[in-house]
Amino acid sequence: MPLKILVTAKRVEDSESKIKVDAAGTGIVKEGLKYKINPFDEIGVEEALRLVAKHGGEVVVVSVGTKDVHEQLRHALAMGANKAVWVHHDGPIDQLGIAGCLQKVVEKEKPDLCILGKQAIDDDQGQVGQYLAEWLGWAQATFASKEESLESEAEKAKTPAIQLAADGKSITVIREVDGGLLTVSSPLPAVATTELRLNQPRYASLPGIMKAKSKPIEELTPAGLGVDVGVKLTVTKLAPPPARKAGIKVPDVATLVDKLKNEAKAL
Amino acid sequence: MGNVLIFVEANPDGSLRKATLNAITAGQQLAKATGGEVHAVALAKDAGALANAVKAHGVKVVHAGSGPHFEHYVAEDFAPAVAALATTLKAEWVGAAATSIGRDLLPRVAAKLKAAMASEIMSVTGSGADVAVTRPMWAGAAIATVKLSSPVKCFTVRATEFALAEASGGGEVQPFTPAAPEKPLTKFVGFKEVKSARPALTEARVVVSGGRGTKGDFGPIEGLADELHAAVGASRAVCDAGWQPNDLQVGQTGKVVAPQLYIAAGISGAIQHVAGMKGSKTIVAVNKDPDAPIFQVADYGLVADLFKALPELQAAIKAAK
Ligand SMILES: Cc1cc2nc3c(=O)[nH]c(=O)nc-3n(C[C@H](O)[C@H](O)[C@H](O)COP(=O)(O)OP(=O)(O)OC[C@H]3O[C@@H](n4cnc5c(N)ncnc54)[C@H](O)[C@@H]3O)c2cc1C
Ligand SMILES: Nc1ncnc2c1ncn2[C@@H]1O[C@H](COP(=O)(O)O)[C@@H](O)[C@H]1O
Repeated sequence: MPLKILVTAKRVEDSESKIKVDAAGTGIVKEGLKYKINPFDEIGVEEALRLVAKHGGEVVVVSVGTKDVHEQLRHALAMGANKAVWVHHDGPIDQLGIAGCLQKVVEKEKPDLCILGKQAIDDDQGQVGQYLAEWLGWAQATFASKEESLESEAEKAKTPAIQLAADGKSITVIREVDGGLLTVSSPLPAVATTELRLNQPRYASLPGIMKAKSKPIEELTPAGLGVDVGVKLTVTKLAPPPARKAGIKVPDVATLVDKLKNEAKAL
Repeated sequence: MGNVLIFVEANPDGSLRKATLNAITAGQQLAKATGGEVHAVALAKDAGALANAVKAHGVKVVHAGSGPHFEHYVAEDFAPAVAALATTLKAEWVGAAATSIGRDLLPRVAAKLKAAMASEIMSVTGSGADVAVTRPMWAGAAIATVKLSSPVKCFTVRATEFALAEASGGGEVQPFTPAAPEKPLTKFVGFKEVKSARPALTEARVVVSGGRGTKGDFGPIEGLADELHAAVGASRAVCDAGWQPNDLQVGQTGKVVAPQLYIAAGISGAIQHVAGMKGSKTIVAVNKDPDAPIFQVADYGLVADLFKALPELQAAIKAAK
């Protein structure tokens, strides 16, 4: 039962980059920043590739943003995605706008399954997948994870964690929730969002990178899709987090216990 | 106008999830800023007991919706009920605690209401038309002040930033009949609970966390946690390796904790980890690398091998009691 899967590739600051609020409190200091595909999205691409390797089908990757997002689309193509869709938008946009664009792309592409990240690590909102599922009227299975660790045999064998039912009509997903692991069954079409534990994404191979250069990137615009991306969420100010008062190093356990007991009154 | 509706969350055993009370406090602040009332909504197979558990905690009315389809939490079943009630109540703000249920549910409710949403709010600022909320971005490297301009607005609440709503009496429970879901979508199959005799990670007074430096041996962490009646936490490296369940992960993409005392052992202090614990009152770091970034947020740093230092610390605390 071949599957058509739509995945997303948001362009975000590398998680290793040091983020600093600028002096005016209106943005972050861009100098020296590196950009990558959102780590959760890369996990989504990997999961889609594993599912398609097992069941057949194709993977379409979508990104909404400026021309720079071609880098992230090419990265997903180099990992093995079949084609890319670029929704060209240069200004500010919020989760409603992004979900609106994705909804229209889904209606055009008609995938069986969408896999998004559980959150984008720049805005840390964690919303787009759920908006998309609701607007499409589809099932949602957020925080998809697995029981086996990232060092397990199943992981080494690149087994997909999301299970497709024998009749191809539903998926079984292990969801990472407070207090344990929840197993749910969602009818297709559905939207899933990824947890870090779902898989370890592959590296793009050299042939993969070469091949990606000739894969198509379709360009669309919010206006062309009929989506109003006027923002309803505005960041009016950015501030650095409150600093913690500088601590001290203690020479030994005895001093530590003394400080905890008598200074911090924490024991 | 300016009414606020807070979703009441149940624990797996049906009891009230404590973080709901932190969310109610955030709701009270929003209601005060916008001149509205705080309502709550409890959904369960039989929602009476759950609704009763919150009614005295500073809400005007707890709307109790019962039905067989609320036996297990599923976003597609819960969201229509919450959204429809929000519309009936003319709620301007609809929120929940930023738990895994809140994070799953509220964006779906927001989508139904065409509402913009702020996740993990940390404070409420301004009043009237100038109401705004603050929330973390980039793993807490920046705190954003956010304004939402849709008629209805949704939010989740970072529990550690708001006090528990106290039992002040006064509220009432009103049953209502939520619409049955249009078509059943996701189905509950099973729940594998991480059982632990320890206090819940997000509610504990003391948390002892271990990182990759434990090499998977949590013996010293558990021993110290036993002595302190503490919850056990972990870095992502530990969860990925399968040494501890994911449920223990503290950080940007795990749980946010703010205990009186947080002890980090064998954890380097990556920003993604620190994002989940830097609100703790007192932080202790034990790491054998003197340059580990964790020492920058620690009140007390001990450069030592955790396998030696933690058992010593456990014994010394016992002796000091
Ligand atoms: C998108 C994204 C999200 C993430 N979210 C989270 C999150 O929510 N939570 C989280 O924790 N991480 C998260 N991470 C991972 C994070 O970046 C770090 O990789 C992780 O926190 C490192 O874990 P660690 O400190 O245990 O391991 P390491 O960084 O490997 O540190 C191990 C430390 O142990 C010390 N050590 C070794 N042996 C001993 C010993 N015998 N005694 C004492 N000290 C010893 C070492 O000096 C070292 O400092 C995320 C990463 C990404 C990309
Ligand atoms: N500009 C974008 N382009 C494509 N996908 C996006 C974009 N923004 C967010 N997403 C997707 O939505 C997920 C959740 O994002 P957020 O709700 O912003 O935290 C991300 O992991 C992405 O998969």
